[in-house]
Amino acid sequence: MTLVDTAPSTPGSAAPIQTRSERPTSFDPADFGTPTGREVNWKLSDVARLAPLFVDEETSGAVEFDVTALEAAGLIAPAEGDAVRGEIFRPEDLPSAIAWKRSETGLHVRIPEGEAIAEPVFVRLRGVDAAGHANAHIVVEALPGSNATVVLEHSGSAALAQNVEIIVRDKADLTLISVQQWDDTAVHASAHQAVVGARANLKHIVVSFGGGVVRVNPSVRLAGEGAETALYGLAFSDSGQHLESQVYLFHEGPDTKGDVLYKGALQGAGARTVWIGDVLIGPDATGTDSYEKNQNLVLTDGTRADSIPNLEIETGDIAGAGHASATGRFDDEQLFYLQARGITEETARRLVVAGFLMEIVQRIGIPELEERLAADIEAELARGADLAPASKAGA
Amino acid sequence: MSTLEIRDLQVSIETDQGTKPILKGVDLTIASGEIHAIMGPNGSGKSTLAYTIAGHPRYNVDGGSITLDGENVLEMSVDERARAGLFLAMQYPVEIPGVTVANFLRTAKTAIDGEAPAIRGWAKTVNEQMDKLRMDSSFSARNVNEGFSGGEKKRHEILQLELLKPRFAVLDETDSGLDVDALKIVSEGVNRAHQETDLGVLLITHYTRILRYIQPTHVHVFVNGRVAEEGGRELADRLEDEGYDRYLTAQA
Repeated sequence: MTLVDTAPSTPGSAAPIQTRSERPTSFDPADFGTPTGREVNWKLSDVARLAPLFVDEETSGAVEFDVTALEAAGLIAPAEGDAVRGEIFRPEDLPSAIAWKRSETGLHVRIPEGEAIAEPVFVRLRGVDAAGHANAHIVVEALPGSNATVVLEHSGSAALAQNVEIIVRDKADLTLISVQQWDDTAVHASAHQAVVGARANLKHIVVSFGGGVVRVNPSVRLAGEGAETALYGLAFSDSGQHLESQVYLFHEGPDTKGDVLYKGALQGAGARTVWIGDVLIGPDATGTDSYEKNQNLVLTDGTRADSIPNLEIETGDIAGAGHASATGRFDDEQLFYLQARGITEETARRLVVAGFLMEIVQRIGIPELEERLAADIEAELARGADLAPASKAGA
Repeated sequence: MSTLEIRDLQVSIETDQGTKPILKGVDLTIASGEIHAIMGPNGSGKSTLAYTIAGHPRYNVDGGSITLDGENVLEMSVDERARAGLFLAMQYPVEIPGVTVANFLRTAKTAIDGEAPAIRGWAKTVNEQMDKLRMDSSFSARNVNEGFSGGEKKRHEILQLELLKPRFAVLDETDSGLDVDALKIVSEGVNRAHQETDLGVLLITHYTRILRYIQPTHVHVFVNGRVAEEGGRELADRLEDEGYDRYLTAQA
């Protein structure tokens, strides 16, 4: 892609007011003011449409959970006993604190020690009341040496405040995928917080296609020695959609590895994406290898993509760290190449955009889900087929 | 029997310093089955000719004509030219992330033929052609040109040439960056296409090396946007001995 490089100015030009690691946390909603849109973590968000999630109230039934696959696989931990809820999770904003306090579910997914679950396990969340408010705190815990893939699928419509607490114990390998295929009236704010143990691995993928406002913020702490994570994201924003991810990756332990890649496509007036990527390499994280990248493809005029990568390094002894951000329109050379093989301009455009997004889909590793998402991408592109392509000046 | 005819072609590009004329009146006629080598020093306009025939938007045609069996090529879009039977093997094929070779080849074949190829027969054909170009079958699943070595990119271009079966192919410095083995393999592919489909070839090259493997019927020397000299195979041999110096000296 010839993408316009929008990498931020070099460190030192403006001292940060607050580093990401020092953000206040609390389990009590009263400790958070109602977001106004001026706060650092809300300033690019659609606070007006997210407002239903700022109400601290008892909720019930607006979102239905289908956990039959979990039950069948025996992956639901008993409610009594050694619950780990809150072991690593600390709410960082108002909807998250409300979701903690008002959670309608005690769902605790637990992958037994040393077990490899070959088939991906789907958890289906369906919004059944577009005017309704729902709160959920979900725990996904991969015990030492286990291996599994858990997919959270969201559809229908509701206003959902959600916490996903992800614990990857030593030497465990967990893939967690959150797919947002909501109706356009849905509002969704989700805080994922993960801790990855020694020589453990977390692959975390956020796919947002449907929904009015979708804000999924993953925060991953590579705590153990040799912990690894891949954080991938894919957003396709149409007219009127606001799709956001604030990604925080904290290299805490030594010899940890992180790879962040988020991609977005925008089409139609008012389509919006927001990506903020913070990487912190802590004082003990010697040998860190970290890279984060966000790429956005602007398909029509009248869209807006915000992309803000940040990198803080507190030790000099690392293997490598880098970041990149680029937002742009079509690459004319790619179109020329395809057209020079007889492919029409319209088909060439669709191939290039689908390919741009498929780069993330190809990393999912679940054929069934990959095929479905490929079809979803085609459907999104078909929806935008009548819109005029982005003008060159809009690059 | 087809004819690609270029008459008094004048082409310019826009640069930061303003409009820059590159081609200053080029005449060339290529018939099916002929192999024309276009040789010349760097900056003489060889690649401009290639990209202008293919219809790259960067190049402005200020005068002259290109016709394919009398049809005005300059009025056709890039994809229409390809469907009319023109093919450009690129010097720097671009990467297309997320689009697999298999998907790309099938889409291109469908576009050129106007109908999708039969699934089973097509996969077999692709595999056979890849085998002839010593390309591993795993290529199909890779994304177009992504992570390809220089040699792999060129083989992939020739694979497309053999599968899409154009009437005329422009090979833009297909030999550059190839070692001897890869050069032989790529040349064999061009020779196969030439024999099997009576392909007309416009072979653009800086060096005479590839002409040991692909025998030209005509040789044209390009200097400063014009054809400075024309001849047969013997002209290439002379260039091998003498280089381009005498043309450049005459020009100065």
